Formats: sequence, structure tokens, C-alpha cells
Amino acid sequence: MAVEVRIPTILRTYTQGEKAVQGDGATLAQVIDDVEGRYPGLKARLVDESALRRFVNVYVNDEDVRFTGGLEAPTADGDVVVVLPAVAGG
Amino acid sequence: MRYDSLADSVGHTPLVGLPRLSPAEGVRLWAKLEDRNPTGSIKDRAALSMIKKAEADGTLRPGATILEPTSGNTGISLAMAAKLAGYRLICVMPENTSIERKQILAMWGAEIVSSSAAGGSNEAVAVAKKLAAEHPDWVMLYQYGNPANAEAHYLTTGPEIAADLPEVTHVVAGLGTTGTLMGIGRYFRETKPEVKIIAAEPRYGELVYGLRNLDEGFVPELYDSQYVDSRFSVGSRDAVRRVRELLDREGIFAGLSTGAIVHAALAQGVRAAKAGQTADIALIICDGGWKYLSTGAYTADLDSAEDFLDGQVWA
Repeated sequence: MAVEVRIPTILRTYTQGEKAVQGDGATLAQVIDDVEGRYPGLKARLVDESALRRFVNVYVNDEDVRFTGGLEAPTADGDVVVVLPAVAGG
Repeated sequence: MRYDSLADSVGHTPLVGLPRLSPAEGVRLWAKLEDRNPTGSIKDRAALSMIKKAEADGTLRPGATILEPTSGNTGISLAMAAKLAGYRLICVMPENTSIERKQILAMWGAEIVSSSAAGGSNEAVAVAKKLAAEHPDWVMLYQYGNPANAEAHYLTTGPEIAADLPEVTHVVAGLGTTGTLMGIGRYFRETKPEVKIIAAEPRYGELVYGLRNLDEGFVPELYDSQYVDSRFSVGSRDAVRRVRELLDREGIFAGLSTGAIVHAALAQGVRAAKAGQTADIALIICDGGWKYLSTGAYTADLDSAEDFLDGQVWA
């Protein structure tokens, strides 16, 4: 399942400045592993002992994965995965 | 309706059906008009609740100085309450918030400490915490962690929705401090747990997320994800589109965070329709569009509006 993964500014050092990279996988975990293969070091910034890091939010088609299965959230062809740092609002 | 004072009139807002915006037969949208609060936003509920609690427990004494990190509406609510009660108010705000917010705060007599645009709201919080540590006699009500914020919604907003819409199936609110969601969420978990609580989270431009280390992120202390069922990220383009639709189709002039909420509510409605379900979706209109006029959100072409908002803490 080919998905687009959008990378926040702070993590673009791992993707040679690319704002978005292609990933492959049927779950978010698989997509992250796939992207890690080509951009080493990225996974460790997102995942901490098999869970998403506390201050990292990931959305698949604009929906927060923490409510759709976390790292097991399904990903399908054409999905867009967005990674963002957690920020305040209000 | 008669109240002894302006403060007593907070809340009790109307719930208005949106027949033209509802996406399908059997899926009904209902808007709770929180701009019908004394200073024009839902924050009046939280601000009043936090002040009352601080007065009751002795934290807030006559003539005290209140300090708060706020991107606008909470500051405005607090400014009104502070002016009437004789407190001094200092708001810490990122410099890239709309000019109307700064003007209104100054009008109410609040003082503004600007934090850097690049630091976003996270930095406003950090600067406020630092100022609070330097001035122990100042009172930081701290909307992001003060239980009285969520409690206002647990005691008033949630019950009002339930009373007006007993058949409610979904409630959609903005995710900022998370107070609204936590209060409404806890209320429905206790009284009608099948109601789905949907969070609409504004997605900002890159500048706002900045270059800070991911470990320096921020999650409001109030936030407990058990009270939320889904969380949607909504960009400025969609928020702008939806406030225009709301205005065109239902005549409601709402602020930009409401655009994000409407977007998430419509997504939820479409989902229900596709599943062949009926739904009664209550959504929060947080404030009116007045403070956002200068952003071009209601008048400029969509591309220009999106570009302008990109660097702003727009919600």
C-alpha cells in the first residue's frame, strides 16, 4: 500500500530536506519501518519501545491514529500520513 | 431571561438546527451558539469557573495580578472578569495572532507579553510558566491544566446539550486546551456513554510547529484521551471553506476554529450516512467571525486566505 508521509520541519534532516516521502505498508508500523529503511534514524524519533512517542502526533487521512489503532492503524493505497509535533492551542 | 449580573448570564446558549448543511437525510447537525456569551466566546465558561474557584480557595485575592498564556479568547474572557473584579491581567500570546485579539485585550485593560511567532503557543506557555515562577504573587490560572476549565463544561455545556438534544449521538468540539472535550466527554461517559465525542484539532502552518526538539512538545495537562472517540486534524483551507459555507447556507458568522469543527462534524455525518445510520450531531460554534475579519478568511480568495493564515495561530 503506497502512502505519502508528510514530515515536519524538525525531522527533515533525516529525509535530506524532503517534506514528504513515499512509504509502503498495510499498517502505520509497516510504513514507518519501510521509510526507516531508506531514511535511517527517523523511526527512533517517532517510536519509543513500540509506541508512538508522547509529543508526536500522527494522522492518517487527517485522523489521529491513537484512535484508529495506533501503530496498527491500517493504511491503504493513496493514504496520506502526517507527522506533527504536539503543540498548545487556546 | 433575567440575570442579576453579566457573569450570571454565562452559558445557557441556544442550540440551532442546520438543515441546509446536514449532509444526508437522517443526519442532523445542531450548532451550539457559544458566541452568545458575555465576551463572545465559549471561554467565558472556563474563565468564570477558574476565577470563581481561585476566589473560593483563596488563591485569588482582591487587587491580585492574573497571568495567563492564551491565544486570545481566554484572555478576553479573563480581561472582562478581571476588569469587573479589580484584578490586573497579563496575557502571554504569540505575536502572530490576529490584530483584533490584541486590540480587544487592550480595550479591556489587559497587558500583553508577546512570545515569538516561531515559538508558537508552546512558547507562550513556557514564557508564562517562567514569569509565574519569577512572580510568585502573580496568579496563573493556567487554562491548560486547571480542572475548573473542564469542570465548567462538565457542569454546564454538556448538560445543556443533553437537555436540548436528548437524542444526541455525537458531540464535536475544538481541541485546544481540551477543556471543552474533557468536560463534555466526562459528562456523557457518565450519563449517556454511547454518545461519540469528536475532537477537531486545528492544523497550523510549518512556522507554528517550528524547529523545536520533538521532546519539547506540549500536551495539555487536562487531556485524557479516554474521553475522546476520534480526533481530526483540520487545516486552515478546510476551516475557511467551512466557515464560508456556514455563513452562506445557514447565516451563521463563526470564527475559524468553528470551521474546523464543522469540517469534522460533516466528516462524521458522512460516515454515519454511509453506514446507513441516523445521527444527531451537536457541534460547538466557539465564537463569531469578528476577530478574524482582518485575516481575509471571509473575503479573500481561498489561496490568499490560506497563505495568510499559514503563519498564524489561526484558531
